[in-house]
Amino acid sequence: MYRILDREDLTSEIHLLKIEAPGVARKAQAGQFIIVRIDEKGERIPLTIADWDGKEGSVTIVFMEVGTSTRKLAVLNTGDSIVDFVGPLGRPTEIEQFGTVVCVAGGFAIATIVPIARAMRKAGNRVVSIMGFRTKDLVFWEERLGSVSDELIVTTDDGSYKRKGLVTEPLKELLQETRIGRVIAIGPTVMMKFCSLTTKPFGVKTIVSLNPIMVDGTGMCGCCRVSIGGETKFACVDGPDFDGHEVDWDLLMKRQRTYLDEEKESLELWKKKMAGAIVNE
Amino acid sequence: MSEKKKLDLNRVSMPKQEPLVRKKNFSEVALGYTEEQALREASRCIQCKKSSCIDGCPVDIDIPGFIRAISEGNMPEAVRVLKDKNSLPGICGRVCPQETQCEMTCALAKKGAPIAIGRLERYVADWERYHPEIIGQQKNCARFNGKRVAVVGSGPAGLTCAAELAKLGYGVTIFEALHVAGGVLMYGIPEFRLPKDIVQAEANYVRSLSEEIKFDQVIGKIATVDDLLGNGFDAVFLAPGAGAPMFLNIPGENLSGIYSANEFLTRTNLMKAYAFPEYDTPIKVGKEVVVFGGGNVAMDASRCALRLGAGKVYIIYRRSRVEMPARAEERDNAEEEGIVFKLLTNPKRFIGDEQGRVKAVELYEMELGEPDESGRRRPIPKPNTEFIMEIDTAIVALGTRPNPIIPSTTKGLELTRWGTIITDDATGRTSKEGVWCGGDMATGAATVISAMGAGKRAAVDIDAYLQGKS
Ligand SMILES: Cc1cc2nc3c(=O)[nH]c(=O)nc-3n(C[C@H](O)[C@H](O)[C@H](O)COP(=O)(O)OP(=O)(O)OC[C@H]3O[C@@H](n4cnc5c(N)ncnc54)[C@H](O)[C@@H]3O)c2cc1C
Ligand SMILES: Cc1cc2nc3c(=O)[nH]c(=O)nc-3n(C[C@H](O)[C@H](O)[C@H](O)COP(=O)(O)OP(=O)(O)OC[C@H]3O[C@@H](n4cnc5c(N)ncnc54)[C@H](O)[C@@H]3O)c2cc1C
Ligand code: SF4
Ligand code: FES
Repeated sequence: MYRILDREDLTSEIHLLKIEAPGVARKAQAGQFIIVRIDEKGERIPLTIADWDGKEGSVTIVFMEVGTSTRKLAVLNTGDSIVDFVGPLGRPTEIEQFGTVVCVAGGFAIATIVPIARAMRKAGNRVVSIMGFRTKDLVFWEERLGSVSDELIVTTDDGSYKRKGLVTEPLKELLQETRIGRVIAIGPTVMMKFCSLTTKPFGVKTIVSLNPIMVDGTGMCGCCRVSIGGETKFACVDGPDFDGHEVDWDLLMKRQRTYLDEEKESLELWKKKMAGAIVNE
Repeated sequence: MSEKKKLDLNRVSMPKQEPLVRKKNFSEVALGYTEEQALREASRCIQCKKSSCIDGCPVDIDIPGFIRAISEGNMPEAVRVLKDKNSLPGICGRVCPQETQCEMTCALAKKGAPIAIGRLERYVADWERYHPEIIGQQKNCARFNGKRVAVVGSGPAGLTCAAELAKLGYGVTIFEALHVAGGVLMYGIPEFRLPKDIVQAEANYVRSLSEEIKFDQVIGKIATVDDLLGNGFDAVFLAPGAGAPMFLNIPGENLSGIYSANEFLTRTNLMKAYAFPEYDTPIKVGKEVVVFGGGNVAMDASRCALRLGAGKVYIIYRRSRVEMPARAEERDNAEEEGIVFKLLTNPKRFIGDEQGRVKAVELYEMELGEPDESGRRRPIPKPNTEFIMEIDTAIVALGTRPNPIIPSTTKGLELTRWGTIITDDATGRTSKEGVWCGGDMATGAATVISAMGAGKRAAVDIDAYLQGKS
């Protein structure tokens, strides 16, 4: 069992949990992920390591409520436990001196890109970060990402806060204005795809963190296969970071939708259970 | 009756669930002997002096010894004799290919009616489970001798090695990547062939002997082999199996609805997708299912698909029936349940719909040519025989190879060109001091009992090494 040491709500749908996992904390590196199983009937879902503290023996995850598993996680509190927490899995993000690095993040990935920006800066890079939100109410960790970046650009789709528009617009301007050594884009699949399309004409290597459906996370099942430059790779062991210009985005998005019907059914059942639990109280 | 017993050649058959009933449930297919059936089968054994059956047993069980105890009605003695050499008899009695091992070398095999050693072994193990009060946990471990061994992986090789070393007084910790013990016995072989509570009962026995099983520990990630050696372990036994799935490498293979057998079986058995949505892990089966391969894994995957509600399940195999590597018993069980074998057939490509789901597969016919390195006749494509078959799901059961996570993070481990760790078969030693290996990681995909045998031999050598060193 892995105890929850702390919990924080970053927005109404994005939450942070700090989990007691000293073994994982000792080895974690930026860009790696863990697999959690919440309870005995739970599925195994991957979440990126957003932070870790070797001394305290803790690992922080940040997740967005989408279906049953992330909702089950969202109702847990400090002091509760989850049954399984496996990691650190996947290859760490390649950290080197590239010159200027642009870190682009959307949604929950604002949190997961922080350790990458931090490590890039420590390696001597100038880090420009771009964070995008739908609207003002969803903005979180502006200061935190700002504190590990030399420059920070914030966008909202509806213009309710700072710059109006999508993250790809300031990204394109940066590419036109300065010499960029590397771009890291993490967030919803469509966002990563469009960031890659934006950088491609400039020939700037763009690393994306892919999020296919996984089971074991150790290279045993092949559920997480993605196509990179025409070659099949297992995202859990060969990635999750890949060259965004080589990814078959269409395939990834189709595979992510494999269980839409079942996910709906499962969520309905969970909602019914939660409604019942509230009535019973 | 004359003094010399007449040979009884009527092998007592195994009671089974009816095919039409069992294809709709995940309960065990073979029901096990009754006491009367076990006694009758045991009494057929002629107790040969030169017991050739033992020659066929990879772990040297005193076969006539435990059979004699059954026929004398002394079940505690039967358990003792069996467990003396095999700490997982309930598992072996169910899944060992006895027809190519002890039952093949049994004196009565020549008469076409070898003793049903596997069924008797299972009977004894089940009797013990139902009578825990009589046997109790037989924990005759030596006192802790001050030395610690790390065992990586809790499949049959790891569990066996751990049990043997614990009995000798070593402090054993098992590191397991998944959330349960048992390896393929839990995630691969289905409930209807090997009930999971039996695997857990036998794993718990090993657990009671050792210091600890640590779950969720992917060695190579959370700690390397060198970390283990540097942090209080005097030796490491590697038993991570051969878990990485192989694919066909044909166009369209990444469409959704195409599973590796590992994924399909893991979702079903380990994650209990058959009880979705009560359990959270989903699986999609549809009406028409094809399974590629001809081994035990293909049989298991196809029979799971049937039980998950598939309308029609086909096994597509590129050679003919005689070359199928699956156990005859399991092949027959599958056929009885209505699985259709499409032999001498091979896939060319998969075809998907707009949503990226597989909707058809293009197949072509094969014929058999000259024997290849494996001694089996090589299948060759027959030109112009392509045809399209509409399907909802495809399962690829072509076999597995070693997972590189451990080799790639351990300096000094030499590998074969297939990625298995080079290991001395008699001792389990690897090229790295203090590190032993056994089971599928050393041999490539093999059998439960050969993994157990390797675990045992390594335990003996680890003991010799650590004692010599002290
Ligand atoms: C390497 C990696 C890192 C990730 N990191 C984060 C993170 O830090 N924060 C975060 O909020 N999300 C992260 N995700 C996505 C997260 O795993 C999914 O949102 C989660 O599994 C959804 O589960 P659910 O039951 O709540 O939703 P469901 O309703 O089951 O599914 C919603 C969608 O999530 C995806 N999904 C479903 N099951 C899985 C699964 N077993 N594995 C992966 N994806 C699945 C599918 O595309 C599905 O359509 C990551 C994914 C990967 C592969
Ligand atoms: C579907 C199927 C059906 C089969 N049917 C039969 C049968 O009927 N009869 C028969 O005799 N054989 C059968 N086999 C083969 C048999 O199961 C294997 O040969 C046997 O299980 C190998 O044992 P092992 O201990 O080497 O490895 P495994 O059983 O594979 O166990 C290895 C364990 O190590 C863990 N592990 C892997 N990597 C790591 C790591 N890095 N760190 C920590 N832990 C790790 C795994 O999670 C697993 O639990 C079947 C195999 C399959 C897949
Ligand atoms: S060879 Fe057959 S008949 Fe002889 S002792 Fe062994 S099991 Fe009994
Ligand atoms: S999640 Fe199973 S191989 Fe990647």
